[in-house]
Amino acid sequence: MQSSPAQSTPAAQTDRGLRFFHRLSFEETFFGWLFIIPAVLGLLLFRLGPVFASFYLSFTKYEIITAPKWIGFANYTKLISDALWLRSIEVTLWYVSLFVPLSLTFAYAVALLMSRDVRGITSYRTLWYLPSVVPVVASATIWRWGLNPEFGPINYPLKLLGLPAPRWLTDPDWIVPSIVFIGLWGLGNSVLIFLASITSVPRTFYEAAEVDGANSWARFRHVTLPLTSSIIFYQLIVTVINSFQVFGVAYVLFVSNPSASSAGPDNAALFYVLYMFRNAFGYFRNGYASSMAWILFLVVMLLTIVLFYSQRRWVYYETEGGGS
Amino acid sequence: MTAYRIRHTASRFLIHLTLAGGSAFMLVPFFWLLSSSLKAPHEIFVFPPKWIPDPVRWANYREVFEVVAVLRYTANTMIITVFSTLGVIISSSMAAYSFARLRFKGRDIVFGLILSTVMLPYVVTMIPVYILFSRLGWIGTYLPLIVPDWFGGPITIFLLRQFFRTIPLELEDAARIDGASRPRIFAQIILPLARPALTVVLVLSLLHNWNDFLAPLIYLHKRDMFTLALGLNALQHFESGLDWTHYVMVLATLMVLPVIIIYFLAQRAFVEGIVLTGLKG
Repeated sequence: MQSSPAQSTPAAQTDRGLRFFHRLSFEETFFGWLFIIPAVLGLLLFRLGPVFASFYLSFTKYEIITAPKWIGFANYTKLISDALWLRSIEVTLWYVSLFVPLSLTFAYAVALLMSRDVRGITSYRTLWYLPSVVPVVASATIWRWGLNPEFGPINYPLKLLGLPAPRWLTDPDWIVPSIVFIGLWGLGNSVLIFLASITSVPRTFYEAAEVDGANSWARFRHVTLPLTSSIIFYQLIVTVINSFQVFGVAYVLFVSNPSASSAGPDNAALFYVLYMFRNAFGYFRNGYASSMAWILFLVVMLLTIVLFYSQRRWVYYETEGGGS
Repeated sequence: MTAYRIRHTASRFLIHLTLAGGSAFMLVPFFWLLSSSLKAPHEIFVFPPKWIPDPVRWANYREVFEVVAVLRYTANTMIITVFSTLGVIISSSMAAYSFARLRFKGRDIVFGLILSTVMLPYVVTMIPVYILFSRLGWIGTYLPLIVPDWFGGPITIFLLRQFFRTIPLELEDAARIDGASRPRIFAQIILPLARPALTVVLVLSLLHNWNDFLAPLIYLHKRDMFTLALGLNALQHFESGLDWTHYVMVLATLMVLPVIIIYFLAQRAFVEGIVLTGLKG
């Protein structure tokens, strides 16, 4: 970010620097560090340290009982010919490509409706959000029976209307869509975040647009959308990152123990993290599983970077427009 | 003018229809869960589905305590939840205060580093952390689920720091002139003023620990150590034939109920928490 000319004059800078320097006291430094000791340890022990440790482990053969043995890129080359790993990528990408666009458009559309000044809006908000607080194990349980093709409440109306009633959780082609469906039930989170950003768009912007004769579509396209694009962007990143890590629903629905050798018919529910979990905690192949973790990490980072670069084209930040 | 009004009314009607229809869709599964939990097993598997159980089988809620260690699972979950939440609140609020109010060299770098790990996928750190805990001999205990929370959480630190920055400096200065030490200012002035933000953190942490599945699955293997989440999963996979489905439904209802109650009691804190953690950036 460019600083304004007034701030960057040398005199002003020295002045600020000096003032800052003067105020640094031993007392603040002492308690400052004292208070962050736990957080810094947490950062090193449970986040940064493990990231590097798993990078190292990914180049080793390590099965808990023996010490890790350096084997170079062997884990990575083995992955490429691991049919199940490739299957898990296929399943996960299929899920991500369905869930990300569906959940974002759907949540944004609902938030738009909710931002209108309609009666009873608070109860709608409450009800829509309710599924988001349900534990993942419970929601998988609910939908295991809810999506039952013969007796479930979802297929019932479909059958009544004579529509094709999918065999949700037993048909390999429908398993990923089913999990997308379950995910969409818990959409409330994104709706709330979008709603907060839409309602924070200043009214005057709409009034000005109306004076200029903008119809509701134009107001949406040229006011609401650009002014909420930074949140859309943020939600996009979060949703992508989370979608790559689906685990709980698939585990409860299709896996009964850590070393179970299948995940649904035709391994249609073999999500990436599920397969990684199986290798780490079912087979105790920690080196191998670490290489999977790192590939996931790299992919997620790369995607985030790509999205960050692309955002310059479509995300609008108020500061650029000369606002405060 | 009338055409405008008709269109206006029609659009309102459509909005209501969509939102109400959606609300119904969101609620049906809850209703289905509750209704199945009050049925006899053979009543669950009928077509067309029966919405109202007949007869209502309240006995399910008594019997479930005989077939599953409900109280044990609940107590276990609560132990983890209480100690984790306590830890995350104490450690994060201390760090957040330091980042918000105290000036020292390296502060912003450390804060930036902590914040940068917000989006770090859990699965990347999962294996080394597991190895660390297994070296300590902590597998099969609650420590791996509790101890990390005593070392602060990036989101909580961020959230509390933002809030602490809004507390007027004058309050702190006045206390300092009276000779209060930093720890005292923190404990007696800042923390009491931060109650709204602490409630948000409290609610988010309760929810997270109550709902967590992956971490307990990794660390807890003995049945009498299980949390509700693990118990509910196990009940479906190991013990039950179809004739236990009504107990599965009862246990799921019992697990969901407290969360819903907390949600209704602390709805504002929930919404604020979601929006605050969602709007950072």
